[in-house]
Amino acid sequence: MTGNIKHHLTDEILMAYSAGTLPEAFSLMVASHISLCDQCRAVVESYDAIGGALLDEQISAPVAMNGNSLDATLALIAGGAPMPSVRTPQTKGILPQPLQDYVGGDLEAVRWRPVGMGVKQAILPTSDAASARLLFIPAGAAMPDHGHKGTELTMVLKGAFADGHDYFGPGDVEIATEDVEHTPVADIGEDCICLAVTDAPLKFNSLLPKIAQPFLRI
Amino acid sequence: MKSGADATLAEECAQEVMATLWHKAHMFDPTRASVATWIFTIARNRKIDVLRKQKRPEPEDLTWGPEAEPGQEDVLTLQQESEQLRQALAGLPDAQRELIERAYFGDLSHSQIAAETGLPLGTIKSRIRLALERLRHAMK
Repeated sequence: MTGNIKHHLTDEILMAYSAGTLPEAFSLMVASHISLCDQCRAVVESYDAIGGALLDEQISAPVAMNGNSLDATLALIAGGAPMPSVRTPQTKGILPQPLQDYVGGDLEAVRWRPVGMGVKQAILPTSDAASARLLFIPAGAAMPDHGHKGTELTMVLKGAFADGHDYFGPGDVEIATEDVEHTPVADIGEDCICLAVTDAPLKFNSLLPKIAQPFLRI
Repeated sequence: MKSGADATLAEECAQEVMATLWHKAHMFDPTRASVATWIFTIARNRKIDVLRKQKRPEPEDLTWGPEAEPGQEDVLTLQQESEQLRQALAGLPDAQRELIERAYFGDLSHSQIAAETGLPLGTIKSRIRLALERLRHAMK
């Protein structure tokens, strides 16, 4: 799949994932995307290497530790077991592994909730700083028209959508910022399933979704 | 680990990181990362657990090709590249290196760095971008 991805994550986001400064929902997006995209995975690994080199440089001045630190460390080592090198392999499915970890299985394990006009969503449990959810948009249907207060990233997992400017297929990420008003429309070919993360609630332009927003938590 | 943590917490984290390194030593692959990079990723994950009280979603494990033994040549290449990278970092102008360090160890987003340094966000971003370009250039 990796060769077909045209819309990638930005260097800023990939670097923040490596530095460990992203909210959990955004990290989930990055982990899912780089599971599908070797190009972005390589970029993340190069940022890890920069982190390593920075650490290397800082450590040249040794820091004194407590007298009992060695004993405490040895006790931790004695108390734990070597860690298994791979996580329990799950069946290869539509959802990349990091998402399966949150869903507790592949697509059939997702607990969808209808949000109207055939669109369904499932909110994933992440820290409050940002939210992550899976979206199901029926073939040919549109997401309600919305703008943003913050940044919203949407990655296609299955099917495809167009947002008026571009076409997004599996693995592609649409990055929408505050100034973008967009109406993603699912490709007519098949139902579209996406991962969407946002650091602020979406603002809808029509009244009904606006009223429903607090209840649906989107 | 100087991300706003107090000394005791930092010390406990350091102990846990050392224990993790011991327990995961068999998973270290010298053809994929330098020791420093490996320690960085483990310390970073620990920091996210402890300070941010979040999970860190990790990507799918790569499925490896037939060759199981790390080639000595690959290990050597990676070591050379790591040394090159270290020197390139050391050679960056102070203003650029400082922002990169803050992005990694200050536990701040670019806009938070902007608020703290009083530099405009655009300046932060372009300095970081310049620094990364220099590093990329040095690695060629």
